[in-house]
Amino acid sequence: MTFDRYRRRKRVNVLVSALAFLCAAITIIPLLMILGHLLAQGAKAVNLDFFTQLPKPVGEVGGGMANAIVGTLILIGLACLVGLPIGIIGGIYLAEFGNNKTGWLVRFMSDVLNGTPSIVIGIFAYTVVVLPMKRFSALAGGFALGIIMIPTVIRATEELVKLVPTSVREAGLALGIPQWRVILRIVVPSAKAGIVTGVLLAVARIGGETAPLLFTAFGNQFWQRRLDQPIASLPVQIFTYAISPFEDWHRQAWAGALVLVAMILITSVLTRVVTKGQDRSMR
Amino acid sequence: MLTGLAVEKLGACFGQKQVLNGISMTIGPNLVTAIIGPSGCGKSTLIRCLNRLHETVPGARQSGRVLLDGQDISQMDPVQVRRTIGMVFQKPNPFPSMSIYDNVAAGLRLNGVRKRHRLDEYVEKSLRMGALWEEVADRLDKPGISLSGGQQQRLCIARAIAIEPKVLLMDEPCSALDPVSTGKIEELIQELKKALTIVIVTHNMQQAARVSDYTGFLLLGELIEFDETPKLFTNPRDKRTEDYITGRFG
Repeated sequence: MTFDRYRRRKRVNVLVSALAFLCAAITIIPLLMILGHLLAQGAKAVNLDFFTQLPKPVGEVGGGMANAIVGTLILIGLACLVGLPIGIIGGIYLAEFGNNKTGWLVRFMSDVLNGTPSIVIGIFAYTVVVLPMKRFSALAGGFALGIIMIPTVIRATEELVKLVPTSVREAGLALGIPQWRVILRIVVPSAKAGIVTGVLLAVARIGGETAPLLFTAFGNQFWQRRLDQPIASLPVQIFTYAISPFEDWHRQAWAGALVLVAMILITSVLTRVVTKGQDRSMR
Repeated sequence: MLTGLAVEKLGACFGQKQVLNGISMTIGPNLVTAIIGPSGCGKSTLIRCLNRLHETVPGARQSGRVLLDGQDISQMDPVQVRRTIGMVFQKPNPFPSMSIYDNVAAGLRLNGVRKRHRLDEYVEKSLRMGALWEEVADRLDKPGISLSGGQQQRLCIARAIAIEPKVLLMDEPCSALDPVSTGKIEELIQELKKALTIVIVTHNMQQAARVSDYTGFLLLGELIEFDETPKLFTNPRDKRTEDYITGRFG
């Protein structure tokens, strides 16, 4: 009798383990398929020209997306200028002084913002930056992406600054160090690795955003010289090329997609490396 | 000048919970004063009131006065109070992002000492006083948290005395340490006493008897007895003190 129960338990155990494994596998399969497909399609079209040349007009074969790669980097840079100061300082506020109604409100709003579709944020940037300036620009694109970054950065910073033990804060205060210096020179550096992780994750997220750029940064077939001019970006370039009717542009779009995914993958891996360093220092 | 503390009718609470009630005592200059008592009797809260760290906890309130050389510390700038009255905590808490050197230099730097040779001088002096110099002299740039628990605690003591406080508060500084490290810290207390006034909270009655000149026995937030250490341990006036030191309760 007991032996029967034991066998039944074993069987259920094997069954549930298998189910868990299956679900895990199913999660990974789409990613692997996307990566595989991208590699197969994109690898053919990626060459040196792709990284160094401007897009060629329709009909001419070849060319590249150099301007879009640089454009994406510029947009990310601009987004960081907007998103990082607000996100990091806001996160520090929430962690250190956010134990009240204001903190609750900021936290709630940032969660709502995090759930706001990025195209809506694009419309917002269009209204407050593009319309007054009367043109599409890199600034407007960076502004939109910066806003998308804020909630991720704010919450990551808050969580990691909160993880710094109270005893460390008290050690600082007990040395006669003013609170603001304790926060800036002792608490925040202790959480630095984690904050960097949050920032990299946010960068990885905005790197692939397309919708908010369509009517802010717009796109550009040439090198952009000024920040108040439309600027090319990989996601928008991919979008434009992918829906075009030209065979050669489709190839380019695949290459662009591969490069974009590679950039984001590298950022994610970088995040892992940084986090590992933190594990060691926090022990 | 020698610096002493006077505590007058000190009360403290967290929210509605009263943890200290009507504590009055005089902490003499260049003496070691020990506070003993069972867990939860308010020992830590008492010494956290002495450097105004108690008030940094949300919901914490306080009544009565603490006088530093006759001056009410609640009227002083808390930063100034804490520069004069240093503290060592129960668990070693070196700054995780800093090296051994920077940990000791932190208080000095953040208080405005900038010159490298002056910092070097202070760091070496403090680590020597903390009886740690020989063990770490060749690896000052290693992280403070790479040291062993006992060494970390001596690092924290060195960090606290680097800014040359007049009074040093020690909140169960040896409770996380092995007997060898404990011995080192007790020797250190005898050494530091020449320059500082020390208040030490301890669970360990033998330790109080070994290191202190005066001892206070705290029970449920009240100071039951406060006397010269030998007297309190050999001839306590209060029955409750006697019960506690003879191990009949607690």
